[in-house]
Amino acid sequence: MVAGLSRGDRQVALAISILIALCGLALAAVGRGDPIGTHGFIILLYALGVSFFVIAGYYAPEPDISRLLRYYDDPTKVGIVLAMAWAVFGLTFGVWVAALLAWPDLTFDAGWASFGRIRPVHTTSVIFGFGGNALIATSFHVLQRTSRARLPEQISPWFVLLGYNLFCIIAVSGYFIGVTQSKEYAEPEWYADIFLVVVWVVYFLIYIRTLQRRKEPHIYVANWYYMAFILVVAVLHIVNNLAVPVSFGHAKSYSLFSGVQDAMTQWWYGHNAVAFFLTAGFLGMMYYYLPKRAGRPIFSYRLSIISFWGITFMYMWAGSHHLHYTALPQWVQTLGMTFSIVLLVPSWASAGNALATLNGAWHKVRDDATLRFMMVAAVFYGLSTFEGSFMAIRAVNSLSHYTDWTVGHVHAGALGWVAMISFGSIYALVPWMWKRERMYSSKLIEWHFWLALAGTVVYVFAMWNSGIIQGLMWRTYNESGTLAYSFVDSLVAMHPYYIARTFGGLLFLIGAILGSYNIWMTIRQPGTALASQGEADEPHLAPQPALQAGE
Amino acid sequence: MDLDYQSVVAFSKSWGLFYLIALSIGVLVYTFWPKNKKGFDQAKKSILDKDDKPWN
Repeated sequence: MVAGLSRGDRQVALAISILIALCGLALAAVGRGDPIGTHGFIILLYALGVSFFVIAGYYAPEPDISRLLRYYDDPTKVGIVLAMAWAVFGLTFGVWVAALLAWPDLTFDAGWASFGRIRPVHTTSVIFGFGGNALIATSFHVLQRTSRARLPEQISPWFVLLGYNLFCIIAVSGYFIGVTQSKEYAEPEWYADIFLVVVWVVYFLIYIRTLQRRKEPHIYVANWYYMAFILVVAVLHIVNNLAVPVSFGHAKSYSLFSGVQDAMTQWWYGHNAVAFFLTAGFLGMMYYYLPKRAGRPIFSYRLSIISFWGITFMYMWAGSHHLHYTALPQWVQTLGMTFSIVLLVPSWASAGNALATLNGAWHKVRDDATLRFMMVAAVFYGLSTFEGSFMAIRAVNSLSHYTDWTVGHVHAGALGWVAMISFGSIYALVPWMWKRERMYSSKLIEWHFWLALAGTVVYVFAMWNSGIIQGLMWRTYNESGTLAYSFVDSLVAMHPYYIARTFGGLLFLIGAILGSYNIWMTIRQPGTALASQGEADEPHLAPQPALQAGE
Repeated sequence: MDLDYQSVVAFSKSWGLFYLIALSIGVLVYTFWPKNKKGFDQAKKSILDKDDKPWN
């Protein structure tokens, strides 16, 4: 990787790493006796590790100038590997935290393993670690291919990728030692947030600069989704994390918002994190890799534009549906509910557009597990957006809110949509990036697919059952007008479902481990004749003959 | 005008509506403008090219 950088690039890379290492050292010094000091040391170690890596390759011969006539894919390759590593780590913690609900003793009496700490470890690792790396890796790939232009230079993509992973490491390590600002999906404290803003601005600039260099006159729709993802996440992140630290030597900070304003800001952030991080970015992925893999253009390009603007502008207003029956003014709740329902139109337009693209290529869906991942993702996208609109209705929400139904809904989206489209795109991308004829084993992809699907279905059904039972028990009154069940009664009723969901999650985890192994072996297997063919695009569009489960 | 709760609500309930309607009309006009069709058709087919090199 360092061999691909010019001498000047290597110097800049070294300078940035040393600068970040010094920042880490300063933080470690001023933060003695506070968790921020521990984070200072983590930053120092990480940055020193990167600089040693650069130094090790510093005297390698300069790369050929002809590299500028090709796309720059090294950051994408590293991003794919990091995404899979985070997936396995985050899903392992997911299974653990699920098991904890069924068997509370599994904390082993360790403070860092308590539910409140490992739950954000799970959510941050899968959403930001896995999802974020998959988005960064694929966005660099899609951006270059659809613009027909190489990334503007070679340092900033590395800064974005490695800086983003440093942010994830700070976030996750912070939860173990008790650092959190207690905002869901925005737990990291002020210093991590400021660093992420820098990384994110550089990310957006890469996008803009590459688009400026584009040779293709029209900006393909996938790029619009990726750009909405980057831009809106920046806005959300900055506003929701406005806070004043106790001092520069303390991790703790106090939010600028309080009371119902704080709640509204948090859920404006929280719901749009779902909308722009977990939806818009992955729709960008879908609009590129699904037509590419199916070998068919998107069913309706016009529909994709209309759904883009629909999703972008309507999601912004939907966040207040998280605060039904609270101190939030009634009309704001109604506004959120109304927009959530209208959102079904652009959401289903996207899902329908994807499925209609496959119309005529169903034999490929049958034979090719990679494409099937994408197809199932589109189906789950349609299902969970319908469910989301439905749950946003105030009356439905009175049953579903605070129950496991919400958890089931999130996982239908996260496992069924986000993870499935990512795995499909990564399986399409890996042979392409490493110039292999195909993945190491198509049988393992098949296994991964069925494990992932079975795991998702088991998980979601368990949580639907559990959530509705919970919701009904909490609102059942007896003749004297008091609650018929205590909270503990409902907890006992949940037990079998918690075991089932742990099992579903375990299946999903095993699938991801098989996928990681398959990707690793694909990378390690010797390059085929394709490497010499040079710039041939995606070599494997005609997949191996059918490999049906049960055959 | 005082920037109190009532006036913010009045502003968002009126202008919020108008700008979203204007935006929807704008998007629909852009999408269905006959001249744009060629560009869209080309864009959706272009990604299927087998060529994997930047254009220079």
